[in-house]
Amino acid sequence: MSAEDRGGPAQPLLLVNELSKHFAVRSGLFGRGGQQVRAVDGVSFSVAKGETLGVVGESGCGKSTTARLIARLLKADGGEMVFDGDAVGAYGGMALKDYRRNLQMVFQDSFASLNPRLTAIDTIAYGPRVHGLSKSAARQRAVSLLARVGLAPEQFGSRYPHELSGGQRQRVNIARALAFEPRMLILDEAVAALDKSVQAQVLNLLQELKAERGLTYLFISHDLQVVHYLADRVMVMYLGRVVEIGPVAALYAQPRHPYTRALLAAVPSMDPARRTERSPLSGDPPNPINPPSGCRFRDRCPHAQAVCAEQVPLLRETVTGHWAACHLDDPRSGHAEAPVMLS
Amino acid sequence: MAAVLSPMVLPAPRRGYWSGVAKKLLRDPVALVAGLVLLVVLCAAVFAPWLAPADPYKASMLRRLMPIGSPGFPLGTDELGRDMLTRLMYGGRLSLLMGVLPVLFAFGIGTSVGLFAGYVGGRVNMLIMRTLDVFYAFPSVLLAVAVAGALGPGMSNSLIALTLVFVPQVVRVAESVTTQVRQLEYVDAARMSGAGVLSIIREQVLGNVLGPVFVYATGLISVSMILASGLSFLGLGVKPPEPEWGLMLNTLRSAIYVNPWLAALPGAMIFITSMGFNLLSDGVRSAMDLRR
Repeated sequence: MSAEDRGGPAQPLLLVNELSKHFAVRSGLFGRGGQQVRAVDGVSFSVAKGETLGVVGESGCGKSTTARLIARLLKADGGEMVFDGDAVGAYGGMALKDYRRNLQMVFQDSFASLNPRLTAIDTIAYGPRVHGLSKSAARQRAVSLLARVGLAPEQFGSRYPHELSGGQRQRVNIARALAFEPRMLILDEAVAALDKSVQAQVLNLLQELKAERGLTYLFISHDLQVVHYLADRVMVMYLGRVVEIGPVAALYAQPRHPYTRALLAAVPSMDPARRTERSPLSGDPPNPINPPSGCRFRDRCPHAQAVCAEQVPLLRETVTGHWAACHLDDPRSGHAEAPVMLS
Repeated sequence: MAAVLSPMVLPAPRRGYWSGVAKKLLRDPVALVAGLVLLVVLCAAVFAPWLAPADPYKASMLRRLMPIGSPGFPLGTDELGRDMLTRLMYGGRLSLLMGVLPVLFAFGIGTSVGLFAGYVGGRVNMLIMRTLDVFYAFPSVLLAVAVAGALGPGMSNSLIALTLVFVPQVVRVAESVTTQVRQLEYVDAARMSGAGVLSIIREQVLGNVLGPVFVYATGLISVSMILASGLSFLGLGVKPPEPEWGLMLNTLRSAIYVNPWLAALPGAMIFITSMGFNLLSDGVRSAMDLRR
């Protein structure tokens, strides 16, 4: 079951192109309101082999929907995915079963993601059994995985989810995701529900596993500090679109999109001198059924101008590897505060 | 990898789930008493030919409507002079059968349909549930009477009628529980593992749906007994002189002014047995909860 690297290190492990998902909003007696929520609207990015791509954004920005689309738990309305050179879900591409052996997911709610009637070992052994391992071999694998994630099998193996703590449950979830020796893990708010101290332990476990098994992570979180700690690159989403992608150091030091700046300013600082005086973002995110024209962030953006209502800003690479979708960043956009183009 | 996968000591398998349930049931006094009462009723019905003091069909014009406690007839005699105790014991056979069988059938059919509808969801679910709503629109007594009336009197026909009455109710409970379970992330995790629909339903969903549906169905046993008695009372179920509690209630109704305590006996049996099933099912429900 070991996964092989075919395209070499230069080929991205996962390429996502123009992924979109629209949910119909039911209204009226027969649900023919015709309105849609564009939960994910043309999201494109790539994940390099062995890297951790952090995905941040407010609740409702489409992070989790993106994760579920990539995991193929939801059917995308548009876009394509390429996993190490193989088209996913297309004719002649990778079979879904193979794809899922290579890509696994850890969910946020450690309780809801474990079957209350299965013991830790049975939960982990389920997947390998589905893939044709004998019952005893699957159990054997579950036992060794349980030991690997730091839970003594003889003590925790036969416990039910309600007999485990949140951190222990999340370790079982991680062990289950590792049962196929996948190449990529999607971690959807995987540590968000844990106490800070337990969070740190689980994060360290994730780092160890990554180094040990050459894993690639898509780490979704609303916690910017955790993302800073874990990620190599960060993608910022707002209302179903990518507004900025860049290396973690550059993005945290010099955010290019006003939304990223606002997010970073909202992170509480340990330094009293850097205390934020007023909240950097006002208002709620706009209604995704009826998003603002042009730039979706414009009605909360301190730099909004006429051009922001007229044109949708596209993702542009301003510094190598650092992309942002903002007219402020584009000398040709006609935004008054944009840098003057040097000819 | 070899080092990690080397054989390790496997933890001892946990004691079985059902033995745990039984253990918890034994510690529940209400469920225990209810279970014992049901056991007595069941034994009396099953072993009636050996235990009963008299012949249930043997009538006598001389001994009609003797009161409770008459010598030789501890529970008196009915309107045809047959021994009440014997007839109540024999009556339990049909009444329990009519209580349990339709629920058992409905449990099997209803759970399968409900699981399917709930797991598949969407239009298929809508089609199945709206079709069953048609049955729901009739009061269950009326539906049972209508179906039994259309099929004609007789025990097998009233079994079919009662099953038809209960199927939509069981489907509805199974469907709503499945719909809830289906949205939980462990089902997504099972889908991520590449398992097929049938495997997920069988190994991940079924166990979490069965409990609530089982408890609901146990509660239906008493309803079924009462409905079956009602059908017999109306002449649509069991035919005289067959002993059955509902039918006995019917035929003794003329004696209600002469000997009211006697006339109430079959009703009391229905009541006791229904209560027994209800209380036992409550106990089973709390014993099946893993968290206790």
